[in-house]
Amino acid sequence: MLSIHNLHVAIGETEILKGLSLDVPAGEVHAVMGPNGAGKSTLSYTLAGRPGYEVTSGTATLDGEDLLALAPAARAAKGVFLSFQYPLEIPGVPAITFLRTAVNAQRKARGEPEMGAPEFLKTVRAKAAELKMDFDMLRRGLNVGFSGGEKKRMEILQMAMLAPRLLILDETDSGLDIDALRIVAEGVNAMRSPQRSMLVITHYQRLLDYIIPDRVHVLAGGRIVASGDADLARQLEREGYDRIVAEAA
Amino acid sequence: MNSALKLDLRDVSTFPTRRDEAWRYSDFRRAAPANIEVAPPMASPEPGGPFAGVNGDELTFANGRTAKGQAHAELLLEGGVQRLRFVTDANGAGWQAEVAVRVAAGAHVTLLETYEGDGGGYVASVHLSFGLEAGAILERIVLLAEPADAVSVSIADVALAPGASFAQTVVATGAKLQRHETTVLHPGQGADLRMDGVYLLGDVRHADLTTVVAHAGPGGKTSQLTKGLATDSARAVFQGRIVVERGADQTDARMRHDALLLSDRAEIDAKPELQINADNVSCAHGNTVGALDAAALFYIQSRGVPEAEAKALLTQAFVGEVLERIEHEGAREIVQAFVAERLGALM
Repeated sequence: MLSIHNLHVAIGETEILKGLSLDVPAGEVHAVMGPNGAGKSTLSYTLAGRPGYEVTSGTATLDGEDLLALAPAARAAKGVFLSFQYPLEIPGVPAITFLRTAVNAQRKARGEPEMGAPEFLKTVRAKAAELKMDFDMLRRGLNVGFSGGEKKRMEILQMAMLAPRLLILDETDSGLDIDALRIVAEGVNAMRSPQRSMLVITHYQRLLDYIIPDRVHVLAGGRIVASGDADLARQLEREGYDRIVAEAA
Repeated sequence: MNSALKLDLRDVSTFPTRRDEAWRYSDFRRAAPANIEVAPPMASPEPGGPFAGVNGDELTFANGRTAKGQAHAELLLEGGVQRLRFVTDANGAGWQAEVAVRVAAGAHVTLLETYEGDGGGYVASVHLSFGLEAGAILERIVLLAEPADAVSVSIADVALAPGASFAQTVVATGAKLQRHETTVLHPGQGADLRMDGVYLLGDVRHADLTTVVAHAGPGGKTSQLTKGLATDSARAVFQGRIVVERGADQTDARMRHDALLLSDRAEIDAKPELQINADNVSCAHGNTVGALDAAALFYIQSRGVPEAEAKALLTQAFVGEVLERIEHEGAREIVQAFVAERLGALM
């Protein structure tokens, strides 16, 4: 599924990722943990194609296809979905309009027929209800006036509608209380499937109590310095990053 | 207060230049030829135009002439919807027309005014006067849809009686030079004014939205919102002046202009002005020129929406705030669709 090899990424003159390699096979959930400034957000933005993140060498492929050569929208149509740490507010674009535009843009890019209004509305209503979202909220400007929890639920709703193959969750737990965290994690877990891979990027172990990863990687200094199973996350929580990072160095 | 200019296409000495303060950013004399041939008569266009979907009466000027061959008309409006169309099909020639509109006391009227151009290099000049009697309500919606090499000037003088209400939305798409000017004499005393505008400019198009509002009596309200964008090498001009004359106390006047400058070569000249000579007034103006929010643009793209479509979505949302203020629902939907289509082509 996702294969990253010796990835170097710079923002301006500063190199942030310094030879990162990572493989996430189909159906697996991998967590990437790391201290602040390790390059976690750079990894997620680079995979999604945000301008300003310059790949100086290395590769990232999805099912063998070069992701880095594609425009952000084309990556999304191939199945990449980044759940933002801070979802943007888009005044004047109702959430429902945004969702339908995105769903149909992806379908168009893949040569599939557009989803008609009745089918779309029926699907959105059902998925919003699963996430305990008030449907009227979707008529408002996207994320405008939404609480932190509502914004994250909106991300999960987008994810559920777009059904990506590769899910990247960037610090999804930040700003969530425990109830919101549980609902969001349930939404993510409902999407686990043998055809779908997930990259869960987080600073804290807390989220991984709800979304149990198959593998845990430690990102420090722009590289993966240690990998293990879910126990590694608990060890990090107990001992902190310093020791593992020091041992790896 | 009337607009100072009496443009006569037959007399080059009446052509404004950049030395005229009100025309500093729109050099008419440079844009228009000195000797403008009179545009030939053209066949009456099919009824309808952009607002065909809205029922109502229609008055059309074709190359500056009514069906009866007149270059001027008077309209007495007592209710309903009136379409007023200025249709041009001419090359390198010009026409001018005058229209006087009176809205009867207590009448509620929607005026759908369109400038529809074919051909090229033409010069068009329209002078309108509006008189709203006591308690009359007029919503004027103007669509300027002209070819890139046209020169087009539309100047309106509006006089409101006490208790009258005038609401205007102008949508400009630019031309070689496109000037839309509105001067309102506001008596206060329960009269109400909304003056809105949208401009959507690409290529080397130029649009100039100029307004003057003179509050002459106490207790008047004015709300003005103009939003627009310029990309490529386009140039937008917004000049908004609100004058609160001595004695026009308790005037409440607000003016906003927000613009997106989407290219290094585009230019936006904004000149908002408040002149206040009265006491106890509440007046404010705001003016911003910015770029599209790069983070929002990336967010939309990351969901699979291609860049051009994402820009169209954001710009549509940006100007959408103005269009939502259009009261006539059918007309509003037509204007929204017109704007969406233009933005789709521009981005």
